Amino acid sequence: MKATAVVGLTRKDFQTDQEVRWCPGCGDYAILASVQKVLPELGIPRENIVFVSGIGCSSRFPYYMNTYGFHTIHGRAPAIATGLKNTRPDLQVWVVTGDGDALAIGGNHFLHALRRNVDLKILLFNNRVYGLTKGQYSPTSEFGKKAKSTPYGSIDEPVNPIQIALGANASFVARSIDVEARHLQEMLRRMAEHRGTAVLEILQNCNVFNDGAWDHLTNKETKAENQLVLEHGKPLLFANGKKGIRLRGFVPEVVEVGEGGVDVSELLVWDEKAPPALAFALAGLASPTPIGVFRQVERPVYHELEEQQARQVVERLGPGELSRLLAGRDTWTVE
Amino acid sequence: MQSQPALKPERRVERLDAVTVRFAGDSGDGMQLTGSEFSKASAIAGNDIRTFPDFPAEIRAPAGTLAGVSGFQVQFASHPIYTPGDRPDVLVAMNPAALKANLPDLKPGGLIIANTGGFTDQNLKKAGYDANPLEDGSLAGYRVIPVDITRLTENALHGSGLSAREIARSKNMFALGLMLWLYQRPLEKAVADLRSKFVGRPEIVEANEKVLRAGHAYGETAELFTSVYEVPPARLAPGTYRNISGNQAIALGIVAAAQLSGLKGFLGSYPITPASDILHELSRYKNYGVTTFQAEDEIAAISAAIGAAFGGNLGITTSSGPGIALKQEAINLAVMAELPLLIVDVQRGGPSTGLPTKTEQADLLQVLFGRNGESPVPVLAAQSPGDCFRTVLEAARIAIRYMTPVIVLSDGSIANGQEPWRIPEPSELERIQVRFRTDPEGFQPYARDPETLARAWVRPGTPGLEHRIGGLEKHHLTGAVSYDPKNHELMVRTRAEKIERIAREFPPLEVDGSPSGKLLVVGWGSTYGAIAAAVRELRRRGRDVSHLHLRYLNPLPRDLGEILSRFERVVVPELNLGQLRTILRSRYLVDAKGINKVQGRPFQVTELVERIEELLS
Ligand code: SF4
Repeated sequence: MKATAVVGLTRKDFQTDQEVRWCPGCGDYAILASVQKVLPELGIPRENIVFVSGIGCSSRFPYYMNTYGFHTIHGRAPAIATGLKNTRPDLQVWVVTGDGDALAIGGNHFLHALRRNVDLKILLFNNRVYGLTKGQYSPTSEFGKKAKSTPYGSIDEPVNPIQIALGANASFVARSIDVEARHLQEMLRRMAEHRGTAVLEILQNCNVFNDGAWDHLTNKETKAENQLVLEHGKPLLFANGKKGIRLRGFVPEVVEVGEGGVDVSELLVWDEKAPPALAFALAGLASPTPIGVFRQVERPVYHELEEQQARQVVERLGPGELSRLLAGRDTWTVE
Repeated sequence: MQSQPALKPERRVERLDAVTVRFAGDSGDGMQLTGSEFSKASAIAGNDIRTFPDFPAEIRAPAGTLAGVSGFQVQFASHPIYTPGDRPDVLVAMNPAALKANLPDLKPGGLIIANTGGFTDQNLKKAGYDANPLEDGSLAGYRVIPVDITRLTENALHGSGLSAREIARSKNMFALGLMLWLYQRPLEKAVADLRSKFVGRPEIVEANEKVLRAGHAYGETAELFTSVYEVPPARLAPGTYRNISGNQAIALGIVAAAQLSGLKGFLGSYPITPASDILHELSRYKNYGVTTFQAEDEIAAISAAIGAAFGGNLGITTSSGPGIALKQEAINLAVMAELPLLIVDVQRGGPSTGLPTKTEQADLLQVLFGRNGESPVPVLAAQSPGDCFRTVLEAARIAIRYMTPVIVLSDGSIANGQEPWRIPEPSELERIQVRFRTDPEGFQPYARDPETLARAWVRPGTPGLEHRIGGLEKHHLTGAVSYDPKNHELMVRTRAEKIERIAREFPPLEVDGSPSGKLLVVGWGSTYGAIAAAVRELRRRGRDVSHLHLRYLNPLPRDLGEILSRFERVVVPELNLGQLRTILRSRYLVDAKGINKVQGRPFQVTELVERIEELLS
């Protein structure tokens, strides 16, 4: 798939003539721009890339990418993409989904794509609300959320997409933010490189129905205090190096660093390959909120296992011959 | 030991034209294996056969109870037959429950071979017998042959070192041996099958073979029977034959469709009775270019198949009624995206979980109308086990040619029932044309072939043809999302017209019997055999009755209306409350009458004959 011959593709090559129809100011625009920025760098011919989506605001994404695209039905994009990737391993398959699409109606498919390690790049736009249906609470909405369908506040405990992905034994799990272009693009490159299912939760602002949901992470004043950037092999520092994360037993705790606080050497050094329990514990943090790669490990990729098995069967039994199959074992002849 | 023992002079050989045998026992008694081995021997001996397995939904219902009775019926004959037979001539009953559950079906004067060893006090009680029916004279209207199969099996395996449980499980082989003797069938086939079934377990093979031969020898020596029977070979069309069940035929049809189209076959499926065997069978054929994917649910199963179709492969999904209900939204996506897809519905008793192991034809309206919006989908119904092969091939051809999902209806009775199937010659298997568009010049995703109205199939990976499709309404050429009212109506009508045009390729309908007259019986699907046999019987009685069996349920054949109008009366037998009848009435304004049965069982020939007679009088 690495076609170094493909040179000269630019962001423009990935834009379509479709008018982009998200609300002005929606975080989806920034994500689209980052994806269109990164794809030309991958060296993959445009025709070998497919975007598959479900239903929701984010799922309009394929219409705006000048690649092959399939805007499918609510929640089922991972299943459709599984059938596509499994029969067409030569394609790079991206899935675009949202918190409702992936975690409510499509929760089952999301889980099973991850456990199978199908080679999909899943972009999960998390705006903690239903946008397209005009403002109901979603599976990631905070407890007590007042929304159209919960005028007195929701009584559902939210799910944490990163923890769900880790629980499903996903081999690549990361988080980024719509407006953090550099970080987001870095994550996109990392997931493009990964073999197996790569999940990227993108914290996305729905400025119409849930404006400011991630403001504390993006606002200049509060961002440093609230963003914890995970970097493999580096100690977990934030707040401009004044704070860090230390492990007490299994509990990550926020500590002051430097004078009056702890030494950097006491901080947790991030390890993407660590047993998933560590990433799980960290993913539970809200303040600060970690972004970056929670987990990246190698494990057998679904379509490769499938191909390997088919090869072995052919080696053992020879290529199947239709007439012999039709005849089966027991025949008799009528003259 | 010889397989064809020399007959004692006093034993007569009676020639019979057709015999129906039912094997019945606990669901753990191995009656299905016994029945299918016996059927196989009859088929190899040249008889025409039809089989009907009937088993409980529970894997191991409590032993000895009526709920746990598993049955296998086979009719074999020296002439062409159409059904597994209405009422058995012979009942092999391994215990009191098997006797009680099946006795009402047995023909008066029929033969009962009863395993007396199974008629213990405990089993009698479980079956609800106050007294042993083998001893209290209540079976006086039948010929009862009591055989202590349990003890004779134990004797045969005395000192074999097998556990009591393993010995008990071999007693079906005794029954098989005895029956093979009674109908003068050789044992070799059954022995060979035992060897391949229990490969690597020589002690089990040896034990089973020993019991099988003991059963055979017992018939010969015990002098319980005054005659043995001979059912001479039937005259089937020349060719090489095998036995085939509907589910096997569907699996083979799928492999053939993949090979004949040159496409990779991808089956997305989720286990469901009675369709799972198709998944099992296909999962073994990885060397035939077919991939199977056991999905997380019914929806994912069809979704993955749609993904495969989008990728330029032959996508297939198989299920039964409850699963089809879950797939309907995804079927509609394939309708809208105009992708080829093969959907197999092996119908069972409904609604809801219904009767999983029983048969019914009540999904017709579901597959025709069970989706939101105007959603035309071609529907084909297979009429017998072997016919499933041809139906699947034809469905694949239509799907690819017209870029549409196609639904194939089978049902529980033909899925598990078997018949001899003439194996098609390679020359009979026509290639399936596939044309992927590769030319970017003037490409528009929803531009159509002027003849078929199909849009072009484009494999992702083709340079210059990048495009987006999806479930939102499309502009009629560019495929871009369009909310334009006129465009929507155009697209709705175009999708409908595309499916209607498929009927232009159907061969003319064939009426069995006179082409016009008093009464036309119209059927579809698995009722073919019972209807064909019933109208033959009626014609033998001098009645003016014709039969038309529909394979294409959508679109309906163009000559159907005219044919219906040639008959004074139209009657539609169905294993539902009148689904096809409803369609015929609304479509052709014909006053069709129904013969409807919803008992989880196929029609019996005699009941159809009676009901049609009533309508004629
Ligand atoms: S509703 Fe929200 S998420 Fe949807 S397009 Fe508008 S701003 Fe974006």
